[in-house]
Amino acid sequence: MSGTYLGMPAFPRAAAAATRDSRLRANLRHATHTIRDKRAKAVAELDDWDRLRAAGAAVKDRTLRHLDHYLEQLETAVTDAGGQVHWAADADEANRIVTRLVRETGETEVVKVKSMATQEIGLNEALAEAGIRAYETDLAELIVQLGRDLPSHILVPAIHRNRSEIRDIFRREMASWGRAAPEGLSDSPAELAEAARLHLREKFLTAKVGISGANFMVAESGTLVVVESEGNGRMCLTLPETLISVVGIEKTVPTWQDLEVYLQLLPRSSTAERMNPYTSTWTGTTDGDGPRTFHLVLLDNGRTDTLADTVGRQALRCIRCSACLNVCPVYERAGGHAYGSPYPGPIGAILTPQFRGTEGTLEASLPYASSLCGACYEVCPVAIDIPEVLVHLRERVVEGGPVVRNGVRTVLRPARGHAAERAAMRAAGWAFDHPDALRRGMRLAARTRRLHPRRLPGPGRAWSDTRELPAVPAESFRDWWQRTRGTSGREGSAE
Amino acid sequence: MSGRDVVLARVRRALADVPRGEGPEDWPVERDYRRVHGARTTAQTVELLAENLADYRAIVHRCAADGLPALIRRLLAERGAETVVVPPGLDPAWLAAADVTLVPDRAAQTARELDAVDSVVTGCAVAIAETGTLVLDGGPDQGRRRITLVPDHHLCVVRVPGQVVGSVPQALPRLAPDRPLTWISGPSATSDIELDRVEGVHGPRTLEVILLTE
Repeated sequence: MSGTYLGMPAFPRAAAAATRDSRLRANLRHATHTIRDKRAKAVAELDDWDRLRAAGAAVKDRTLRHLDHYLEQLETAVTDAGGQVHWAADADEANRIVTRLVRETGETEVVKVKSMATQEIGLNEALAEAGIRAYETDLAELIVQLGRDLPSHILVPAIHRNRSEIRDIFRREMASWGRAAPEGLSDSPAELAEAARLHLREKFLTAKVGISGANFMVAESGTLVVVESEGNGRMCLTLPETLISVVGIEKTVPTWQDLEVYLQLLPRSSTAERMNPYTSTWTGTTDGDGPRTFHLVLLDNGRTDTLADTVGRQALRCIRCSACLNVCPVYERAGGHAYGSPYPGPIGAILTPQFRGTEGTLEASLPYASSLCGACYEVCPVAIDIPEVLVHLRERVVEGGPVVRNGVRTVLRPARGHAAERAAMRAAGWAFDHPDALRRGMRLAARTRRLHPRRLPGPGRAWSDTRELPAVPAESFRDWWQRTRGTSGREGSAE
Repeated sequence: MSGRDVVLARVRRALADVPRGEGPEDWPVERDYRRVHGARTTAQTVELLAENLADYRAIVHRCAADGLPALIRRLLAERGAETVVVPPGLDPAWLAAADVTLVPDRAAQTARELDAVDSVVTGCAVAIAETGTLVLDGGPDQGRRRITLVPDHHLCVVRVPGQVVGSVPQALPRLAPDRPLTWISGPSATSDIELDRVEGVHGPRTLEVILLTE
């Protein structure tokens, strides 16, 4: 896995390769099963979980339906508290803004808190082109960065690596980025964490610029919230002189009180803890404590396009807990890289095609990267009906139709490669509109049932490779109903 | 058009389905979840705090006001701490018995200077029982955020029951959003290796909490 998402193959091809990697599957199985049971226990401690979940969804819906109002309120509050607010319509604009802000400080190195938004826009690569080195300080991000790898999980980007692989990466790579790994480093997680502590401490103590995302932005007070475990977030948020936070516009919540919902939902869904070790909140700048300069870069990059879709909009409720990844049977087997973006798993399968559009091969394949089993919806702390959005996006891929892309309303053409599906659906639609033809067809199918092949011929062959064809009964339901209860010769009559 | 105008215009176009007359507050949010989970006496709430702190590997001690200086002295001595950073408003009596060099929390202090300090002693703003969380708000007995971050040993005094609340919903109204807050639940930890929790990464690896009976 090289460190770029460019030219990623469609999900089925990437997944086919990943599922043959038995070590990857073992690593994923171990990690996802560990966290699954813990999460269930943490959630069971709160007997009002369903009500919290409903409130979590409702607060986000309120915010999204009035996002312009809350963004302006947020901007005013942040500015009043001494921060500077920038707006970026897309990834390039966000990268240009951050690069300029770092250049203005005269620094060529920055420390970073783990942030999905900066992964999404490829900030590290953009900074590197400008001669600025970005150091990832989250342990898993460090593992990914040192291994020239890509993240494969929202919470634990290095979930695809087991402890001995991590030890090997640390031994091999740490020296070229700063302090080398300690002599005789073992693969015990405690020793690996200690090695990361020593390696990064030097960077924290000298860093002048920190870059972060945020989990929440409170519109009424202008407060940003970062939820973390290791303390690297606190280091980056408090020690540098300049702090730049790049945050998706959908991270807004209206009020301080709203945090009472999410600070209960997020830790239990994410790391299965009652509360994560560290949560930092800050409002603009504080005299004599922490950064003297604070920039907030508000990022669109496909979010308003997603907002324009009344079915797909609910994906913007996501608080990036990763519970849906941990329960997903497809993610557990295919791993995160197959999803071709920083957002893997079920939530990635609905976020990526909406942020980037469904025109690309990878993006068009993602809505199909699911068995629609619904486990993701069940665990989602903000009740995103992921299967509903997946089916909606499948329809968009197959049928095309009106969408908003980069703020412009346009009409998508149906995707190629779904001709057989469309033809079958059209035929089914016609048959259901013509009851007599449907009855004749069903009777014919019933009479010839012993002659039916076990597998489909032609293009349907691949489909029946992994599925049983449904058996046709000797008598259709409608015939049975008529024979046993029916009083009229015609179906649908109201006698 | 500025980036701001572009993004806000896109948001407004995207929300064409929202009825014109609908205000933000018109969209219903039911807050029928619990303010606190379970009925507890004050003593039981303090007990739960102690349990949950310990569950996340904080070391919990209890004492009354007259025993505090001796307890702090003992805990610092057991750590072998020679230097201790203290916020400006910390009660001087707390450290009066300790045989250590006090390092005041100053604006001019560099992170590297702090890195050489053994321990930090602070109070807190609020403690949350259900989650085992201490909240620091930069008050006079808590100091700048970095002093509880860079040293490897944090000794935090919680006045019980006055500073203890049951739940997160009870904690937020007692905290001011315009102050920089640090919520601490156990020592620094990570789940990044095989989703298994390991204590001790960048923040203080040892968190000791003294429940001070008022």
